[in-house]
Parts: sequence; structure tokens; C-alpha cells
Amino acid sequence: MSAHESGSEVHAVGSTKLFVMVWIWLAVITFIEVFLAYERLQPSLMLTLLVVLSLVKSALIVSYFMHLKYEKIGLTLLLIPAAIFCICMIIIFFMPDGARLLQMRLTQ
Amino acid sequence: MAETKTAVGVPVSSPWSGGGSPFAINSKKFGMWLFIISDTLTFSVLLLAYSYSRLANPNWPRPFEIYPAIAKSTSMTLILLASSLTMVLGVAAAHRNDRAKTVRWLLLTALGGVAFTVLHLTEWVNLFHEGYTPWSTPQGVPLFGATFFGITGLHMTHVSIGVIYLIIMSIGYGRGKFTSDDVEVSGLYWHFVDLVWMFVFPMIYLMSVSLKG
Repeated sequence: MSAHESGSEVHAVGSTKLFVMVWIWLAVITFIEVFLAYERLQPSLMLTLLVVLSLVKSALIVSYFMHLKYEKIGLTLLLIPAAIFCICMIIIFFMPDGARLLQMRLTQ
Repeated sequence: MAETKTAVGVPVSSPWSGGGSPFAINSKKFGMWLFIISDTLTFSVLLLAYSYSRLANPNWPRPFEIYPAIAKSTSMTLILLASSLTMVLGVAAAHRNDRAKTVRWLLLTALGGVAFTVLHLTEWVNLFHEGYTPWSTPQGVPLFGATFFGITGLHMTHVSIGVIYLIIMSIGYGRGKFTSDDVEVSGLYWHFVDLVWMFVFPMIYLMSVSLKG
């Protein structure tokens, strides 16, 4: 099936070789994450590291597999800031009370 | 737009067909992008709520042994990533108008989705046998069950819908009912499902690996 998919074949949305490279990187980051899971780190530090690595992975998926990188820049400027803004709003509304409850629990 | 065809090959016939101003993509693709952003927010809220519960509970259950849970979920991750790869190859084949190959890649992608779902369900059954349900855990932390089954269940629903979507797409595209742009839109959805799992797997599985000894 893959016999015809030669790496030299370059299309407007990227070549097979590029996609395979992206896939390998995604797999490598996945293994780094699995390795990291067995390091006895603070849960908050661990969660931060895992989310940062996942953000790198999602950036790879969005730019190459969903080829947002090859679309007009306006689409990226519309979609990504909108998502980040909404997530920030969620955190702004959620975190103050979340932190307060945590504090109450710790002082009990 | 002076050109008759855009970068994605959509003839600009009316302002409503898209493909011209402002993003040079057809309206279906733009619609899918907007859906993806709104679905991102759904999963973000769930994962944020989960992260808070996870960090706020020092006695959070850690039920995932290297084998079977972590080995299984890691292979599920690789299967889903591989299905994303077959999906981009399918989209590339569709843009070359290679119908037979596109259908094969799409069906292979759907097969990856089925394998993922089956593995995930066996993983769920394992947890049920160990006493983890959506409303209780052996350690008495029901939030673990609620967040785990809630988030992975919603993701599994997305995968199942994606499999149906891809099968319909492969049949329709094979018969010439859909265009290569439609295949690309289904690809966007599939990659998004993959993307969500890239957060669910580390945040839920890897944050709760069993650390004995």
C-alpha cells in the first residue's frame, strides 16, 4: 500500500516524508511522557510538564496534520486566540474560588 | 477574488460557497474549524475541573499498572496517532484524485478508530472488575470515577462518531458523492479527536500510574 508513497512526492499540503517525521516526533514525545510518569515528582509539577508536552504535540498536529500552517494566517489569528481567550476566562472564573476552597481545606 | 479557483480548488460561484474572502477555505471547512474550537472548550472545561480535583486530593487513586493499563493506553495512543497519519495520507490521495487509494486510507483510519475503541472498552471492563465505577472507587474517591469515565467516555463517543463519519465518507467518496474537500473536513475532525487524546492520555492515565515498591 505504501509502495507508491515515495518521499519525493510534494503536495501543497506537505509530503509523506514530512507527515511520517511529524508522526515519529509525536510518538517520541509520547514515550517521554510515559517515562516522566514514573518519576516521583510533585503532582502539580508533573501535571504542568505533561500539559506543556501535550501542547507541543497538539501544535504539531494542528499545524501539520490539520495543516493550519498552510492556511491563510487570518484563520490562525481568528481561531487560536479565541480558544486561548475562552480558556483564560474559564480559569479566571474558576480559579479564585478553587484556590480559596483549597486554602480552607488546608487550614482545617 | 479575481481568481476562479482558490487554493483548495473550490470554484467561487457565490459569496455563500466560501473559498474566497476572507480565509480562502470552503464554508464546510470553516464550519468544522468553528466546531473544533467549541469542542476544544468542552474538553478544556472537563480537563480543568479534573486537574483541580486531581491536585486537590492527596489520596487520589493510582490504579494504572504498567501492564495492562499503561501498556494498553500507550498502544492506544500510538494507534490513534497512526490513524491520524493514515488520515493525512488519505487526504493527500484525495487531493490527487486517487479515489481507490483514498477509500483504502479512510477505511484503514476507521479500523484504527475501531481498534482504539475496543482496547479502551476492555480497559474499562478491567476497571469495573477492580471496583471502579463512574460513581465509586475502592478508595472512596468517587470523583476519580466521575472524571475518568466522564472524560474518556466523551472522548470515546467522539471516536465512535468519527468512525461512522469516516465510513460514510469512504463510501460516499468512492461513489463520487463527496469531493476531496469533504474528505479534508472529515480529516480535520479525526485529527481533533486524536488531539484531544493527546491531553486525556497524559493528564488522566499518566497522572495516576501505580507507583508501588
